[in-house]
Amino acid sequence: MSQNELSEMARLFITSVAIGLMLVGLFFLFVAAVGVLRLPDVFTRSHAVSLTDSLGTLFILGGLALYQGLSTNLIKILIVLVLLYLTNPVITHATVRAALRSGLKPWTREDE
Amino acid sequence: MKIFFLFVLITITLLIGVYLYRVLRGPTVFDRVLGLNGISTKAIILLVVIGTFYERVDMFVDISTGYALLNLVGSLAIVKYLEERGKSFDVSE
Repeated sequence: MSQNELSEMARLFITSVAIGLMLVGLFFLFVAAVGVLRLPDVFTRSHAVSLTDSLGTLFILGGLALYQGLSTNLIKILIVLVLLYLTNPVITHATVRAALRSGLKPWTREDE
Repeated sequence: MKIFFLFVLITITLLIGVYLYRVLRGPTVFDRVLGLNGISTKAIILLVVIGTFYERVDMFVDISTGYALLNLVGSLAIVKYLEERGKSFDVSE
């Protein structure tokens, strides 16, 4: 009976840690959205899209993987995570390089 | 727990609206590409969360893997096209 209660408590602990991770991830995604809305040009906005977004994705998918427990689904979610971490910087770098080569000037403050 | 997943789904959907604003209004075409990239990242997360919500993660994770690869190929094709056009292309559109 005590063994049963212990596993119940472990389950509750893992679930609450997963919820905490997903809330942190939602916070980072919110910061990324604010950056996309407020920053002045492509080169600054690419930070919001690539860096903050990747961190939020890491936290949300990590929380979901933790919630799954030890199974095939955990491996699959980790594969999606690794794939996102490989593709997201590549796309952002290609976009910013194309913007630079097509003659777009990076934003500077007017009084400099 | 279902309520919490519903909350995550609704929040991410609202965040997609912000990126959609950037895609529609973005001053240059590269802003639109970046916005589309952000939307597809959100869509991948959304698919995994939907899978957890309906307890069919094994199926939805495969779909999101395919979506990530399609996003990579599509975005690289668009960006490469824009880069090859070079300076003859009016970036202020």
